[in-house]
Amino acid sequence: MPIDKIFKDEASEEKGERARMSSFVGAMAISDLVKTTLGPKGMDKILQSTGRGHAVTVTNDGATILKSLHIDNPAAKVLIDISKVQDDEVGDGTTSVVVLAGELLREAEKLVASKIHPMTIISGYRMAAECGRDALLKRVIDNKENPEKFRSDLIKIAMTTLCSKILSQDKEHFAEMAVDAIFRLKGSTNLEAIQIIKKPGGSLKDSFLDEGFILDKKIGIGQPKRIENAKILVANTAMDTDKVKIYGARVRVDSMTKVAEIEGAEKEKMKDKVNKILAHGINCFVNRQLIYNFPEELFADAGVLAIEHADFEGIERLGLVTGGEIASTFDNPESVKLGHCKLIEEIMIGEDKLIHFSGVAMGQACSIVLRGASHHVLDEAERSLHDALCVLSQTVNDSRVLLGGGWPEMVMAKEVDELARKTPGKKSHAIEAFSRALVAIPTTIADNAGLDSAELVAQLRAEHHSEGCNSGIDVISGSVGDMEERGIYEAFKVKQAVLLSATEAAEMILRVDDIITCAPRRREDRM
Amino acid sequence: MALAFDEFGRPFIILREQDQKTRLRGIDAQKANIAAGKAVARILRSSLGPKGMDKMLQGPDGDVTITNDGATILEQMDVDNQIAKLMVELSRSQDYEIGDGTTGVVVMAGALLEQAERQLDRGIHPIRIAEGYEMASRVAVEHLERIAQKFEFDVNNFEPLVQTCMTTLSSKIVNRCKRSLAEIAVKAVLAVADLERKDVNLDLIKVEGKVGGKLEDTELIYGILVDKDMSHPQMPKQIEDAHIAILTCPFEPPKPKTKHKVDIDTVEKFETLRKQEQQYFDEMVQKCKDVGATLVICQWGFDDEANHLLMHRNLPAVRWVGGVELELIAIATGGRIVPRFQELTPEKLGKAGLVREKSFGTTKERMLYIEHCANSRAVTVFIRGGNKMMIEETKRSIHDALCVARNLIRNKSIVYGGGAAEIACSLAVEAAADKYPGVEQYAIRAFAEALDSVPMALAENSGLQPIETLSAVKSQQIKENIPFYGIDCNDVGTNDMREQNVFETLIGKQQQILLATQVVKMILKIDDVISPSEY
Repeated sequence: MPIDKIFKDEASEEKGERARMSSFVGAMAISDLVKTTLGPKGMDKILQSTGRGHAVTVTNDGATILKSLHIDNPAAKVLIDISKVQDDEVGDGTTSVVVLAGELLREAEKLVASKIHPMTIISGYRMAAECGRDALLKRVIDNKENPEKFRSDLIKIAMTTLCSKILSQDKEHFAEMAVDAIFRLKGSTNLEAIQIIKKPGGSLKDSFLDEGFILDKKIGIGQPKRIENAKILVANTAMDTDKVKIYGARVRVDSMTKVAEIEGAEKEKMKDKVNKILAHGINCFVNRQLIYNFPEELFADAGVLAIEHADFEGIERLGLVTGGEIASTFDNPESVKLGHCKLIEEIMIGEDKLIHFSGVAMGQACSIVLRGASHHVLDEAERSLHDALCVLSQTVNDSRVLLGGGWPEMVMAKEVDELARKTPGKKSHAIEAFSRALVAIPTTIADNAGLDSAELVAQLRAEHHSEGCNSGIDVISGSVGDMEERGIYEAFKVKQAVLLSATEAAEMILRVDDIITCAPRRREDRM
Repeated sequence: MALAFDEFGRPFIILREQDQKTRLRGIDAQKANIAAGKAVARILRSSLGPKGMDKMLQGPDGDVTITNDGATILEQMDVDNQIAKLMVELSRSQDYEIGDGTTGVVVMAGALLEQAERQLDRGIHPIRIAEGYEMASRVAVEHLERIAQKFEFDVNNFEPLVQTCMTTLSSKIVNRCKRSLAEIAVKAVLAVADLERKDVNLDLIKVEGKVGGKLEDTELIYGILVDKDMSHPQMPKQIEDAHIAILTCPFEPPKPKTKHKVDIDTVEKFETLRKQEQQYFDEMVQKCKDVGATLVICQWGFDDEANHLLMHRNLPAVRWVGGVELELIAIATGGRIVPRFQELTPEKLGKAGLVREKSFGTTKERMLYIEHCANSRAVTVFIRGGNKMMIEETKRSIHDALCVARNLIRNKSIVYGGGAAEIACSLAVEAAADKYPGVEQYAIRAFAEALDSVPMALAENSGLQPIETLSAVKSQQIKENIPFYGIDCNDVGTNDMREQNVFETLIGKQQQILLATQVVKMILKIDDVISPSEY
């Protein structure tokens, strides 16, 4: 009697060694995939979507690459997930986290092959991660008290983040820009207030930070193009035909004249509404929904600037910036808070007309206008800038910084190595392996830059043996150098998140000894 | 017999299209069933204990779950075999009843089946085996009762509870911070427990998770957490001494259920209708305001106009709050759920000391905290973790820990873990076996051997020599006549589970043995499997 099938037809099960092997292979494949994008000399990837139009993305951002992959291997999915979370939480280090997790698993594979139980490896990794974090904590630099120094720290962090991206040519320019934008937020992490507008044309250098707010919309015809001391009403209301909301109401008439009458009444109603809006004493009206020709004309007659179809985000931001509330009813003009700004004008960027609000009441918001040769460049620039902004906003809250260029990894590796020597039992192998995985990151950075990684890392390790060493890999000159002098800084929060999530992910994959795959859900054949 | 003859000698068919059905009978059926049950148990066997491994499950839509929880593994497995489905049911019922020990019960059942197979080979009738198992399980349960220990705790001294929860959590991936999670679970249960009646309503504990942060950031909130934000971006983000109106009616014009039509045929009607509409919104908001509400929580959506009116009258509001959450909020704040605006009265408002909105990470994620409620008997465990799978697994682990704490409040008896209870039972059953005359004796002895398989699996998973370790512990128990010796899974150096603080609940253990026996009995009694053929 053969053992029956327990699972459904297409479901499969992989056990023990095979399961572990398949998850190791999957995870390492993913990590090798993004490995080459690491570091300032990392390469980009072209992603072509399978959807209509085969849209092309060129990027260096780990999270973006991984997000677009179609993966079938469950372990690989775990890695993609951690990179996504890293992106959401701290915004940068999305590649490093995957590479580190991959290296940890690569080392684990060797240990498993030499008959060390996965649980022992996990407990060793845990100890090592803890030790690494403590080592970093001991060496952090915190310049919160000194605003000037703090600012220069931030600029350095921004430059380090940007140097691996497409913006590296103009990294000083963009770093200044990002830091200025972050300082305007005054400690809040709400990046919504920073608006990034992409306009093809010009070069990346022409990008600029604008203190006001830019709305990518057009001003209605026949309305003033420039308003000083604007009073703005931000609204979310229907300015097409106001439908009756009482359920079941419908228009039923028996003659043409009545149709005309009702039409008249409708118009009257709209006029009424417009008058009510005008009664607020405004000279600018921004609506989320459409504004039909008729009310637009009425606004034009009254000399009010009417902007239609600003999307939800635009409205919310405008409300935030100008300090006005988003209104939907207009019966009591005296109590609605209006937004204010010094000047509204139409400006031209390239060939497009945009509306620019300057001198706004609340200084929090600002806009960054990106210029660049093509959409691909702009998209990538936006992603890079977003990374930089995320890191900066997190650093403003947690002002501890570290040196970059593989320095933190070497510091951790040294401490972890020492721990391994002190730990009795099999765990010490795992701890040693952890330190090897850490060293793999500077190795990869050097490899990607086409340098002799073995030589450089060995040199680095030797230098780190002395206390208080600031050495890291200087990719530009291709040698080991003092990171503090070179101004390569990284945020502590990013490094910590990389370390902890990579360990967590490796642990999770290591614990698995059985993979059960359900039969894929049948889709209707659309072919 | 698929073919029978009626009184006139004409054949008629009992089982239709017989050759298209596969059919197993007699001993073959039992063997096949046992093999299937064992296969399921084998999958779970390696998940048992603190050094147990996890399983990775890929769902039909490609979603990945990594878990150590027996019930979850079995539920997500695409099982086709009937007997395997029974095992899934078994684990699920343990989950519903006790909440913990879902892996153990399946391993136990698998071991019982394996032993039964051996007895079948000896030619013992399946019913006799089943009866023997039944007797043995009774003996085991009684023995558990005898070796169980009461242990005392109260609201101020909940250390023993924490210890027990830690035993449960130590087998999960979250064992890195089992101490803090166990404390959270115990505090949560104590907050909602009714110690007089010895009852805990776990529905009052909400477990919420949000990706990001560290596991260490997991916290217990004495209040409710709602994954929603204020309906209008400019409403205040913090309200102190909130009076909450909990509504299940939308801020929209009413939609009567009867079919009706309002015909507009004159300009006047059009005008009045419009006026009425405006008035309607105004009234709704005014009513909330009149009763003194400072926060409106609504199950449905708001019309843009109503939303602005709320904002305008300085009445913060939250929309699209789910029914379950609404109920929890009502319980916590001592408010009533109001289905119509007309029925709003000041007494029906809920009260909370602090309501605040908090945002996370770089994305636009906000959550609403309702704290310092009038009735603190609703709490939320808020889990943070590196990724989604981690959060899901933590949720399951916390659920297990909560269940264990609840069981302890219901019944204060505990037994010692690490296989100690199983070994003690096995000894007792073995001793009882000799006293039974008749064939059942063999079955009872088989039961004792099956009990041994749990500590054996524990030892195996921990990388110890299973047989050697088990026999050493067993002899130790007999020699000193103390039922506290178990398998030293964590390599601490002692087998005394009292020192290691490894406890399990008595009812959990008893339930495991009873449920496993029942299912095995059921499987043994099947002697004919008829299944439709594949098509």
